[in-house]
Amino acid sequence: MALETILFYVLGTLAVGSSLLVIGQRNPVYSVMLLIASFAALAGIYVLLDAPFTAVTQIIVYAGAIMVLFLFVVMLLNVGQEDAAEYDRSHPFNRPFVRRFGALLGIVFVAELAWAVWHVSTRQPAAIAAAAPGSVSSVREIGRVLFTDYAFPFEATSLLILVALVGAVVLARQDAE
Amino acid sequence: MDPVFIAQVALVLVVFHALLLSAAGMVWAERKVAARLQQRFGPTYTGFAGLLQPFADVFKLFFKEELRPAAADKILFYIAPIISAAAAFAAFCVVPFGPPTDFWGLLPHKIPLYVADVNVAILIVFAIASMGVYGIVLAGWSSNSKYSLLGGLRASAQMISYELSYGMSLAAVLVLANTLSLQEIVNGQSGYWFGFIPRWFVFLQPIGFAVYMIAGIAETNRAPFDFPEAEQELVAGYHTEYSSMSFAMFFLAEYVNMVTVSAVATNLFLGGWHGPFLPAWLGFLWFFLKVAAILFFYLWLRWTMPRFRYDQLMQFGWKVLLPVATLNLLATAAGVLYFGA
Repeated sequence: MALETILFYVLGTLAVGSSLLVIGQRNPVYSVMLLIASFAALAGIYVLLDAPFTAVTQIIVYAGAIMVLFLFVVMLLNVGQEDAAEYDRSHPFNRPFVRRFGALLGIVFVAELAWAVWHVSTRQPAAIAAAAPGSVSSVREIGRVLFTDYAFPFEATSLLILVALVGAVVLARQDAE
Repeated sequence: MDPVFIAQVALVLVVFHALLLSAAGMVWAERKVAARLQQRFGPTYTGFAGLLQPFADVFKLFFKEELRPAAADKILFYIAPIISAAAAFAAFCVVPFGPPTDFWGLLPHKIPLYVADVNVAILIVFAIASMGVYGIVLAGWSSNSKYSLLGGLRASAQMISYELSYGMSLAAVLVLANTLSLQEIVNGQSGYWFGFIPRWFVFLQPIGFAVYMIAGIAETNRAPFDFPEAEQELVAGYHTEYSSMSFAMFFLAEYVNMVTVSAVATNLFLGGWHGPFLPAWLGFLWFFLKVAAILFFYLWLRWTMPRFRYDQLMQFGWKVLLPVATLNLLATAAGVLYFGA
């Protein structure tokens, strides 16, 4: 087996395994650390795909900045271990309707994912082949495309994130009034 | 065996041990500079001018007992110093310290003098530096002590705040140099203006350099920004509960981080290995000299300035440093557009 294939399976196992463990154990600080491990493995896969810029961005933005914030909040609130029995009794997410709705969403998501994977692998080899070689690895090319061809979706996404941020602040402040 | 491969493996070992030794040198220099600034002598008995003092320190720490608080989180308590040290060493792997060389004809072609060849080098330094904070934060949390926790919380808040200004000052240089590769950034600074002023980016980016240095001090948790360990308030901050070699690893990480920040500053702003008088293959001597000068500045600053207050640190970071760095980036971009790169 080629080295790249072996590395892909190692990193893939690491990413999937640590992602499962994020929701599979009760200590929130461990969850945060496992999520960072998952992001790091994902960054490794980006490197294998010859996209070092995407990999570094993944580390800087997600593993470096956002997860520090997560860890900061978890530590500041000093969240203890989740008590399973208490959680089952009181949590609003455990009402029957919410659980069924969540299951439905899960099924829809898996179906969507399967469709996307199938679509990519069978329908669009020509489009992928048509993309300029090295276009994902060149920072210059990414910057040019981002601010010309994809300028509108790029700006719309940043606006969306800003709205979410303002929304979170508004929701958090409601208690004070 | 391929001589290039052997040379590259040798390079990895040399860089690793040079970083270890530089940390030892920094321990010695810190004690000497501190002593001189306070009109004392510092270490004098162990070796010539106390040069063996850091090795004596390490031997002492080796034979100390490794203690762990009963209520500490076992796994994270051991992992935290490892994360700190590993991140500190890893960041240096993309930093070039001399011009490409074939070692006087020993190799068939020239190899660049750094460990890893990545075309987004400067971002790698930035990314790995931002991972180092986890070591400190986890040490603070897993010790299960209120002083450690406060130190860890302060570290995370401080590093998030100053990372932005740090990144902005880097971006201004990238706009000037038009590349992300440290090697090419250094090459862009060769030659002179008017025949005698070296074409270093510090002359084009004085504000960027100042922002980088200030943010760099905050990122490495050095005085006057050493809040995570503030010994008068927090005993020893995040490493209060650590002893023996895991304690030493935090210090190793701190000094190696300082060396990395100084080396990157040298490459970005001070022309790297370019300098007068010496032939090109001795350029690394200029590099070491410049790094040493910045490190001395760090030590000088630590023993001259009192610590800020924590709210001052946050105010300064968000309300002064970040706007200045952003304006500097915008002005640089406008200048490059107007005058051409």
